[in-house]
Amino acid sequence: MDEFVNLKATELRLGLPGTNNVCEERVSCNSNSNKRALQADAENETETSPPRKAQIVGWPPVRSYRKNNIHTKKNESDLESQGIYVKVSMDGAPYLRKIDLSCYKGYSELLKALEMMFKFSVGEYSERDGYKGSDFVPTYEDKDGDWMLIGDVPWEMFVCNCKRLRIMKGSEAKCLGSGV
Amino acid sequence: MNYFPDEVIEHVFDFVTSHKDRNSISLVCKSWFKIERYSRQNVFIGNCYSISPERLLRRFPCFKSLTLKGKPHFADFNLVPHGWGGFVQPWIEALARSRVGLEELRLKRMVVTDEGLELLSRSFVNFKSLVLVSCEGFSTDGLASIASNCRHLRDLDLQENEIDDHRGQWLSCFPETYTSLVTLNFACLEGETNLVALERLVARSPNLRSLKLNRAVPLDALARLMACAPQIVDLGVGSYEDEQDSESCLKLQAAIRKCTSLRSLSGFLEAAPHCLSAFHPVCHNLTSLNLSYAAEIHGSHLIKLIEHCKKLQRLWILDSIGDKGLEVVASTCKELQELRVFPTDLHGGGNTAVTEDGLVAISAGCPKLHSILYFCQQMTNAALITVARNCPNFIRFRLCILEPHKPDHVTSQPLDEGFGAIVQACKNLKRLSVSGLLTDQVFLYIGMFATQLEMLSIAFAGDTDKGMLYVLNGCKKMRKLEIRDSPFGDAALLADVNKYETMRSLWMSSCEVTLGGCKRLARKAPWLNVEIINENDNNRMEENGYEGRQKVDNKLYLYRTVVGTRVDAPPFVWIL
Repeated sequence: MDEFVNLKATELRLGLPGTNNVCEERVSCNSNSNKRALQADAENETETSPPRKAQIVGWPPVRSYRKNNIHTKKNESDLESQGIYVKVSMDGAPYLRKIDLSCYKGYSELLKALEMMFKFSVGEYSERDGYKGSDFVPTYEDKDGDWMLIGDVPWEMFVCNCKRLRIMKGSEAKCLGSGV
Repeated sequence: MNYFPDEVIEHVFDFVTSHKDRNSISLVCKSWFKIERYSRQNVFIGNCYSISPERLLRRFPCFKSLTLKGKPHFADFNLVPHGWGGFVQPWIEALARSRVGLEELRLKRMVVTDEGLELLSRSFVNFKSLVLVSCEGFSTDGLASIASNCRHLRDLDLQENEIDDHRGQWLSCFPETYTSLVTLNFACLEGETNLVALERLVARSPNLRSLKLNRAVPLDALARLMACAPQIVDLGVGSYEDEQDSESCLKLQAAIRKCTSLRSLSGFLEAAPHCLSAFHPVCHNLTSLNLSYAAEIHGSHLIKLIEHCKKLQRLWILDSIGDKGLEVVASTCKELQELRVFPTDLHGGGNTAVTEDGLVAISAGCPKLHSILYFCQQMTNAALITVARNCPNFIRFRLCILEPHKPDHVTSQPLDEGFGAIVQACKNLKRLSVSGLLTDQVFLYIGMFATQLEMLSIAFAGDTDKGMLYVLNGCKKMRKLEIRDSPFGDAALLADVNKYETMRSLWMSSCEVTLGGCKRLARKAPWLNVEIINENDNNRMEENGYEGRQKVDNKLYLYRTVVGTRVDAPPFVWIL
């Protein structure tokens, strides 16, 4: 077994892969540490969203159980905010639900999700006539406090302006659904 | 004392309960050793591989409570691959074969199976208490066995385990005649529970003191449960969506008001901001509050809640509370002893939620503070020096600056002086975790001043072997030393081999230690198990969920043992 000690080529180092690189990396790490730190500080000041750092295994030292439970609904993207949760109410339902708008890429996905959640269907959307073929009409409250029909504006604009959703039913819905 | 009959001495020993003290009295003389042996009720084994179940039973034939710990601490952070070890099965089998009247089993970081739980449930008539912390390998079927067979069960406490939830009916397995439940914690279960069975169980458990629900228990069920158990002392509310206008909310508020014994609150996994106010009436009695999973509650609501909690001794919170929030804690919670501030943003996104100012505020406002775990983006030596001056009573001080190698953000100096001040001022410091930019100097201070230090965690710190040597030579009471990504090598490892006999274990990963050095150590110290976790296999990288191009390195874990090499090591663990 001793012969292994002398065979550098096959020696298993408990360190970073690549023998010479290890030394160099460590040396540069320590001697330039102050400089690097200053640069890092400057970076943090000028950039609003810092570049995605390389993930180090097991760092930060937070239990995986905790990591999994804080991040159940988040996307692993630095550009994403904390998820865009809005309340969804449906006329006649006993309690409200919440959905994360950032989980959907467009109206069809959103509407499908709503249909599944509340067990209803929206009917056919057309720009001229709104939703036809169903008693239910999906609406949302925008930043001005107005109730708008879902589907009229581009998706991104909708996501930015939507405060809450409401699935209207019955006569009230008919007014909105058949156009202003 | 030699003139007293054994029964009298034994009676005196009954008052000596700490493990350390009992170990000490067993060393006094042969007769005390014998009396102590037969009368020891609680056995604590910090490393399950340091001894075997047979040796345990030979020494302590009459114990009632066993605590076992398996994997090393860094397993919590995915540094130990699946299958490494820590299997409890041989222990349960050996105990079952013996005549030990086991009543309590507490396991931490061990692998538990359904078969093991079933065997446990059938083998010990008086089994009362099962506490599993950070364990894995079992499912709700195992819990069903415990519920069905343990007639005298008092505690079923599952903390942060990975449990395969079969969404079965394990809660209904408690017989209708069973009424002795005191603690029920299933917060870590992912799936739906049988709410009817749960409510009936709680309703027939007049001694229930601690109830921690999982995320699948909705608000109206929570209200009913609290109404059934107004005597509750410790409550984990699980998921807690806001239902402002519903009847359930009113029922909940009414139920909460009746819970005058409530002292500890946790959970709120999916809580919306407005809901916390329902708990304001009971806040003035709370001594323990864990909001560290409540990612959706933002600063202002947390602060409103905490303003009512004047008797708080223990607070676990997320860094979204901010420095301002910590100032509120400092001015409100004068009884605070333990604080943990966890990070919400794990990827260093630059959200500086808490800084050194929050830490200083806490140290200034909370004179009884002795334990802290603090995650932050930045720190300064000046702040740490102030903290040390304000709080010389720290027993546990764990600071995690999220970015490795980060210096004092004002002076750009290493944080050696800051941590040095901590160890110099805090003469009772038993546990320390260091972070940020650190040179060998900090370890000189630690070796010089941290005389009571038992556990030290080092990451991305130090310059040369001298750093590690200062610690090994200076800290006489060191039990657990864990090091990662630091430039300590064979010279430090091999300098004083006998030191490791005075310690429970040493972990070194991504350091400068070589295989040759480890082999030399293993040869010099046959009383140690020197294990290398070898992860060069690419397949294994994928199994463990490694993303992209991660560093691949080998890990050293050594520990003292009286039973030699373990036989259950997987192929990727080399025992030298």
